Amino acid sequence: MYHYTDFDGAFLKERNAQFRAQVERRIDGSLTEDEFKPLRLMNGLYLQLHAYMLRVAIPYGTLNGRQMTRLADIADKWDKGYGHFTTRQNIQYNWPELRDVPDMLDALAEVNMHAIQTSGNTIRNVTADHFAGAAADEVADPRPIAELIRQWSTDHPEFQFLPRKFKVAVTGSENDRAVIKAHDIGIQIVARDGVIGYKIIIGGGLGRTPMIGKVLHDFLPQEDLLPYLEAIVSVYNLLGRRDNKYKARIKITVHENGIEDIRARVDERFALIKPLFTGIDQQTLARIEADFAAPDFKTASEAPYHHARQHDPLFRSWSDTNLAKHKAPGYAIVSISIKAHGKTPGDATSYQMRLMASLAKRYGHDELRISHEQNVILPHVHKEDLPAVYAALKAAGLGTANIGLISDIIACPGMDYCALATARSIPIAQDIATRFDELKLEHDVGPLKIKISGCINACGHHHVGHIGILGLDRAGVENYQITLGGDGTQDATIGERAGPGFSADEIIPAVERLVLAYLNLRAEPAETFLQTYTRLGLAPFKSALYPETQTATAA
Amino acid sequence: MPKPFTPKVITANALLEGDVIYMSATGWTRDLARADILTDEADADLRLIEAAAQTDKVVGVYLADIKDENGVPTPVHFREDFRARGPSNYAHGKQEAGKQEQF
Amino acid sequence: MTQLINDTGFVPEDWTHGFCAQGAANDCLALDLPSDADPAAIDLAEGLQMIRIDFPSSADGRGFTIARALRLRGFTGRLRAHGAVIADQYAMARRAGFDEVEVTDEIAARQPADQWLARANWQENDYQSRLRG
Ligand code: HEM
Ligand code: SF4
Repeated sequence: MYHYTDFDGAFLKERNAQFRAQVERRIDGSLTEDEFKPLRLMNGLYLQLHAYMLRVAIPYGTLNGRQMTRLADIADKWDKGYGHFTTRQNIQYNWPELRDVPDMLDALAEVNMHAIQTSGNTIRNVTADHFAGAAADEVADPRPIAELIRQWSTDHPEFQFLPRKFKVAVTGSENDRAVIKAHDIGIQIVARDGVIGYKIIIGGGLGRTPMIGKVLHDFLPQEDLLPYLEAIVSVYNLLGRRDNKYKARIKITVHENGIEDIRARVDERFALIKPLFTGIDQQTLARIEADFAAPDFKTASEAPYHHARQHDPLFRSWSDTNLAKHKAPGYAIVSISIKAHGKTPGDATSYQMRLMASLAKRYGHDELRISHEQNVILPHVHKEDLPAVYAALKAAGLGTANIGLISDIIACPGMDYCALATARSIPIAQDIATRFDELKLEHDVGPLKIKISGCINACGHHHVGHIGILGLDRAGVENYQITLGGDGTQDATIGERAGPGFSADEIIPAVERLVLAYLNLRAEPAETFLQTYTRLGLAPFKSALYPETQTATAA
Repeated sequence: MPKPFTPKVITANALLEGDVIYMSATGWTRDLARADILTDEADADLRLIEAAAQTDKVVGVYLADIKDENGVPTPVHFREDFRARGPSNYAHGKQEAGKQEQF
Repeated sequence: MTQLINDTGFVPEDWTHGFCAQGAANDCLALDLPSDADPAAIDLAEGLQMIRIDFPSSADGRGFTIARALRLRGFTGRLRAHGAVIADQYAMARRAGFDEVEVTDEIAARQPADQWLARANWQENDYQSRLRG
């Protein structure tokens, strides 16, 4: 893992002192709310519906046991004993008070963490594949360049007041687990004839106008990365629209000007910027890469794992859904579900956080990850230790065997917390999970991604859910619109709207009808919901969703 | 005939702790039931300006529509209902004991 | 009225030659640019001594990129940020290539010199200069 340098430490200290002063200056009137707001946002502090919310970055989703323990301590001391893991590899605290936030930031800085640029119209926390460094299918670990980009984008003087937020994601694998095509800039590490380079995708995004990103450069040389990114963002800073915040994201800039025009501008700008980079950044990168060297994997017997699979059906079920293939022999990647049926997706208590931290220290080479699906990952666990890990997780309410299944729902905070929401999303997620747990169908249904957003901003990624649910306000009543067939992987697809929305009471039965229809329609048990949908299209699902209209037209 | 005026309350978030607050006869309160019901448009606009000027105490001041139920202001829109009550997944915020006192 | 600010704090205005808008006579000594100016299209004439870039709101960050683009194009004269700039942006302005900042008296009254001097250390704690070398 990345080792903070003295510089990083000094930077955080200075930055936190500045924010402490900004809070005081807001309170004493030196700063107006209009001036303070962008400053608090670039330090991760929102004002939501009922309270402030502090969004803490977990850069590229990686943290160690000590850091996770500190997150738990902060939840206990300044919040209500829990935290919410988000789709952008952050953790949110929903109840801090303004005067406490500088102390929270100092407590984070002690373990090399911060909330810098987790909000505001600036380059946000860089996200990466949550299986980075462990996945069997990767070309290279994406985290070193994610860290390089974190450093470059932090406090970048040109880019603190962009037209709109700016999100960057990196993956080192063809199998995209970081949704790079739905980011302002998506970077894929690729190898050509043994040489590493980067595919640069820009202009993806969800929200009001969902768009899949376009390729700006198909093989950028390694040493050009930072100047090229700087060129892109600086072109966007001048060209991006500031007259309408719904048209301000780079996806609209690309759409309105065309990718060729943007490429020409970026190339022109790049030519001016490139000579200023002397190559020091590549030395920094080499140092960062050394920090991310793989841990010393052990060799041990897998017998305890096979034994537990044979004799413990719960363990078998959990290991079927919650493990992924690791690059090292004998190892597995463990996904810990933060989606217990009926609980708030992504919320972990301080007790659970401490437990996960201690498991990471004891069995997982002291590493944890936060996934964009709001789960926690132990990336390096030897199979020998899996029975012990599972037993400990289960005892803490963390043993749910549902990764990738219908109850592994992404849900944004919605109107229970968010000031922008048009409807709630958390109770819908809780009810769907509870219902399918009662039906005991979810393992039969298999892989199915439900994603719920409480407004058109799409923080819950509903556009790329196999079943997407969007909460709206229809004449003063919560109403839920369904989209189908979305996909957030390398085959990124925006879901299709199924038809009129459903009330809060109707939405759970509607989802149930959809899923039962799928069970009838699938060609064989191995055909997933998404595959069935792709094969048959919207029509049969639509008639399951709207049986009355079906009979009406038939009559 | 003047246009009928939907009764309103003045609401905001508290600068220091963030909670939803309302303007009552004796100052800001966390409890919607204690909020002053404003029935006159000109008066409401004036009171709004006064309240919004308290930038050292509050953020995002606005007028919210309510129904007057026997002198008790009651939300018209579900968003105001959630603001007045707190989140639905935990009994946090205003639902915690002792959180209804005068602000 | 306005207040001029540099690394030494509040300083009196010393520029007495006025400013001209883009496209004015080419003997212009000091050019005033709006925040939507295209830095590639500015004529960097020999005699041009100063460029002043407008910040209509503290949330409009185009001026930072315009300043940097002008420096990248080789402008070595005086660069001034003008308008709704706040003390918290002083370091950004300096790092982006500005020499000084000119703000309204209203901002200067709310944000006295010490709040600006607190950012006069803009050369420290700078990730970008470390990565450029
Ligand atoms: C609760 C306070 C939140 C607020 C006020 C908020 C605000 C927004 C807004 C305004 C957008 C639309 C941006 C645009 O299209 O220009 C957006 C998009 C997004 N937000 Fe949030 N959000 C919040 C919470 C979250 C959470 C909890 C997550 C993660 C679970 C999240 C992740 C995202 C993602 C992934 C997008 C869409 C991708 C994109 O940027 O296009 N947000 N958010
Ligand atoms: S999708 Fe809407 S409701 Fe949900 S967190 Fe984002 S802004 Fe809030």
